[in-house]
Amino acid sequence: MSALFDNFWALLGLKAVVAILVILNVALVIIFAELKISAHMQSRVGPYFAGGRYGWAQPLADGLKFIQKEDLVPRDADRPVFKLAPMVVLAGTVATFVIIPFSPTLVVRDLDLGVFYALAAGSVATIGVLMAGWSSANKYSLMGGLRAAAQLIAYELPLVLAVVGVVIHAGTLSMSGIVEAQAEPFFHLGQTAIHLPYIFQGQIIGFAIFFIAMLAELNRTPFDMPIAESELVMGYLTEYSGIRFTMFFLGEYAGMFAMSAIASSLFLGGYYFPGLDSGTFGPIVLMAKVGLLVFVMIWIRWTFPRLREDQLQSFAWRWLVPLSLVNLAVTATFKVVF
Amino acid sequence: MEFTDWIADARNIVFLVIGVAIIGSAIRVVTSPNVVHAALMLVVALGGSAGLFLMLGAEFVAWTVVLVYIGAVIVLFLFGIMITRAPTGRDSVQLDHARRWPAALVALAMFVTIAWATTVSFGDALIADRVVRAEDLGAVLFSRYVIPFEVVSFVLLAALIGGIVLARQDPER
Repeated sequence: MSALFDNFWALLGLKAVVAILVILNVALVIIFAELKISAHMQSRVGPYFAGGRYGWAQPLADGLKFIQKEDLVPRDADRPVFKLAPMVVLAGTVATFVIIPFSPTLVVRDLDLGVFYALAAGSVATIGVLMAGWSSANKYSLMGGLRAAAQLIAYELPLVLAVVGVVIHAGTLSMSGIVEAQAEPFFHLGQTAIHLPYIFQGQIIGFAIFFIAMLAELNRTPFDMPIAESELVMGYLTEYSGIRFTMFFLGEYAGMFAMSAIASSLFLGGYYFPGLDSGTFGPIVLMAKVGLLVFVMIWIRWTFPRLREDQLQSFAWRWLVPLSLVNLAVTATFKVVF
Repeated sequence: MEFTDWIADARNIVFLVIGVAIIGSAIRVVTSPNVVHAALMLVVALGGSAGLFLMLGAEFVAWTVVLVYIGAVIVLFLFGIMITRAPTGRDSVQLDHARRWPAALVALAMFVTIAWATTVSFGDALIADRVVRAEDLGAVLFSRYVIPFEVVSFVLLAALIGGIVLARQDPER
């Protein structure tokens, strides 16, 4: 077994397979959670029969149904671009999984530039969305793609600036480094060391900005103008069917997990919880924090109406960007003074 | 060094593959009959250059290329193209230019100049103090290269003001 782990390529292949399995399973679980939670919020039962009890097999059945469907390409569509677009979106999302630390050792690769890499990889998905919108040769798709791109550009800035606040605090870009910095005791109360995640060390505004920008990056309600059903059918997804639609769908839910995991690692202490051994309980602790954030995202989706396009843009540029700059300046000042 | 020795090194094969991909996609950028295809080919070319930076160990530069050029500049290109005029299939407007051969000549001369200048000034010399990690890069940028850094930021500020002046609509006229 150790010979297998010593070979770089064997280990890389193993990590890739495990990561892809985790992504698939996590996406299915989140889809199921969305179905059930939204149902209960609307006084319905939701999926009930699939799989015997609680309808647990519903996302699996949906996935199988999508795979069986015909892979349609519109006549006027730009075939190669149309076919590549979902892969670009999914690849951009999957690539961010590389740096998510589940425990001190359980991480695909702890890059020195961790967070920066995640932001760069995530920004590639924007190209895929624009490709999908344009190549469908459909005005609804094009409008949806343009709205998505405008939104991603607008909210990328506050997202990055919120992350920079944490990076200044921790003094490192590595994800594990940031989690370890939060595992250090913040102050001592008599003999007991008090551990606090960054959200309670003055980054609460940073967390709020990050969470709002994260919702916008994932096109979740209240920022789902790009796929507003009432006016754009399904936006850039309109012409997609079968396996390619599934790719977008999986990408969206895998993205929810990836962004929540990054948010938990940056602001909520990641795999660390006071009193629990990170090596053993790390993955469970991280999953619990991710589950909490995902629940809040689903909750928000089924509670708020969507923002109008101009409100959405002015909210990003007039409020979030200045606020994140102020947050950054205050964080840097505190770092230098104390 | 013999070519067989050169190709035996796995790194050189990766370099070759990336290099061919960059050149091929760069040629498609200027020959493609569709503007959107040209912009997407530029994504491939820039991704390849990010790969070359990664091979050199310059991780920070590589991810900056991805974040800034692919994630922002090309997105704005595509946005601008799509919001104005972007037919799928063959573009009705002629994308070719009458002076394409002088342009090709200038591009070739540029390549020869840069390639010649870098090979002559560096040769086979290894760079001694490699600045690779983000921390070291930041330290060097704010100590040894602080004046060029400030000059560049000044240029960017001027460009920013220029952009606002161009986009602004005067209420009087």
